[in-house]
Amino acid sequence: MADQIVAARGRSKVPKVAATRRPWAISAQLQAAPLALVFIVFFVIPLGIIVLVSFLDYNDYAILPTLTTRSYTETFEGCIDQLPDVCTILKTYATTAQFCFAVWLLTLIIGFTISYFLAFHIRSTTTQIVLGLLCTIPFWTSNVIRMISWIPLLGRNGLINQILMGAHIISTPIEWLLFSDFSVMLAFVHLFTFFMVVPILNSMLRIDRSLLEAAFDAGASGWQTLWHIVVPLTKPGIVIGSIFVVTIVMGDFITFGVMGGQQIASAGKIIETRLNALQFPPAAANAVILLAVTLVVISLLTRLVDIRKEL
Amino acid sequence: MREGRSASFYWLAVVFGLYLVFLYGPMFVIFVLSFQGPTGGLTFPMNGVSLHWFERLFSGGGTVDLGSAFRRSLMLGLVVMVLTVILSTMAGLAFRRRFTGQTLLFYVAIASLIVPSIITSLGIALQFRLVDEGVKAFLPDWMTENFTTSLGLFTSGLGAHLTWTLPFGLLIMFAIFNRFDKRLEEAARDLGATPWQTFRFVLLPMILPSLVGVGLFGFTLSWDEIARSSQTIGADETLPIELRALTTTVTTPEIYALGTATTAVSMLIIILALVVMLVLRARQARHGSDAGQGAV
Repeated sequence: MADQIVAARGRSKVPKVAATRRPWAISAQLQAAPLALVFIVFFVIPLGIIVLVSFLDYNDYAILPTLTTRSYTETFEGCIDQLPDVCTILKTYATTAQFCFAVWLLTLIIGFTISYFLAFHIRSTTTQIVLGLLCTIPFWTSNVIRMISWIPLLGRNGLINQILMGAHIISTPIEWLLFSDFSVMLAFVHLFTFFMVVPILNSMLRIDRSLLEAAFDAGASGWQTLWHIVVPLTKPGIVIGSIFVVTIVMGDFITFGVMGGQQIASAGKIIETRLNALQFPPAAANAVILLAVTLVVISLLTRLVDIRKEL
Repeated sequence: MREGRSASFYWLAVVFGLYLVFLYGPMFVIFVLSFQGPTGGLTFPMNGVSLHWFERLFSGGGTVDLGSAFRRSLMLGLVVMVLTVILSTMAGLAFRRRFTGQTLLFYVAIASLIVPSIITSLGIALQFRLVDEGVKAFLPDWMTENFTTSLGLFTSGLGAHLTWTLPFGLLIMFAIFNRFDKRLEEAARDLGATPWQTFRFVLLPMILPSLVGVGLFGFTLSWDEIARSSQTIGADETLPIELRALTTTVTTPEIYALGTATTAVSMLIIILALVVMLVLRARQARHGSDAGQGAV
């Protein structure tokens, strides 16, 4: 109580003091300026340039200074003529969306389970921190290394095939383990469950334990407590984690490339392919499309929760 | 909460254990395989145990010049680390007060985190191409004689990495200052400390351990970054980009040796940062309180 009064009084005083005694008060803007500058120069302006370039014409050698929607029309080529068949870009986006959904579901289930265990079953804070760190450490090493680390396990002569053949369960190596939809999915879950665990764990640790006790005392079963108390209170973490996982998978081209054996088309891969061919306007047009789709997904997710409030 | 361990504890503990095996198992496999004998291949069984592939890697006798890629990545990571710490701290301080454009800046930072990396990377690459055109068109010939491109490690590459590390830095700063007791600064001010003194002698010592964390984030995010580097680094490639290229061409355990080596660097940095953090925390505990040491 006394703390609150002091805090309240302190707060009400701030503007006056700031104006008279603190020359720094005006410089909050200046303090934030370098960060703002980096984002303006390396993020906001580049995004603007992408939109601009997506409307420019091009030939085999250069970008031409004529405005055109050619990059967009070519990207969606055949989408209407080919009906009822689906055109390439929609097919690619459908594939990407399928991966996105599957990876989201898997990382959510695993991430939720892991966080639940850490938050509610581990009693000592030290153990909680140590186990939490164990889940985090692999995130600090290169994604590519973590991807290639599956090769000796999943390959045609890999450990899994060797074991299965050694045990005479199969007679020829399973081919779909590596460079397939399966290996891409596996790599995504391996790489990015971290992005679910951290925000969900963060939300769970904030849940007041007395709520759970109250539920228990009122006779709720474990599942009822989980579904009616833990899940609703963990929603912000789930949404933030989902935003991360969904945007990562939507824009990814490296995991699809390395683990898919360069065979699977994804939204990010289209951009990369165009870039490798030095076709900048179509690459930019595809970037704009991807950005639009990503923004729609995020705005749907943020309907569910106010991110700013959760920090 | 409840007495004893419930059955679900044991089930969940098993799930957690399996998850850890899933996380670390594959990495452990390439760690072991990087010690393959000279005649060994990409898979088991091991054909002897040797440091052959590490020697090949470091002697430069291998496929690419990894030494200079290593140095470039290290330099870039260090610069990104320093800038991330400084810029996030300043912005973190600023966000404790009100300023025009605050909300906008926050959302731009969040956007930078979630806009797919390939888009940011492409945008920066296009921007620097425009700059190149401008330089060639408007500057006098004698100045542009040796000019090829402004794309580079410490121009576009640095900027691209910062768009990735700064949002993380800013979010960590929010977390730090949310827990920070403002009355300590007010006390310092009431005792007549200047703003700089308040920062230097009250605030900084208290947030220093967390700033080490911000630096750690900055370095390792830059050290392992590929997607944003892919279009922005120019001709001098960083280690992760070389590594990605190698996945399609190299078919010897040399690539595992490289994986083990770069993972070792990451681990070393994490351990170093944790040690520094612990030392700083211990120092705080020793010097932080003067209880029982008073003159009275």
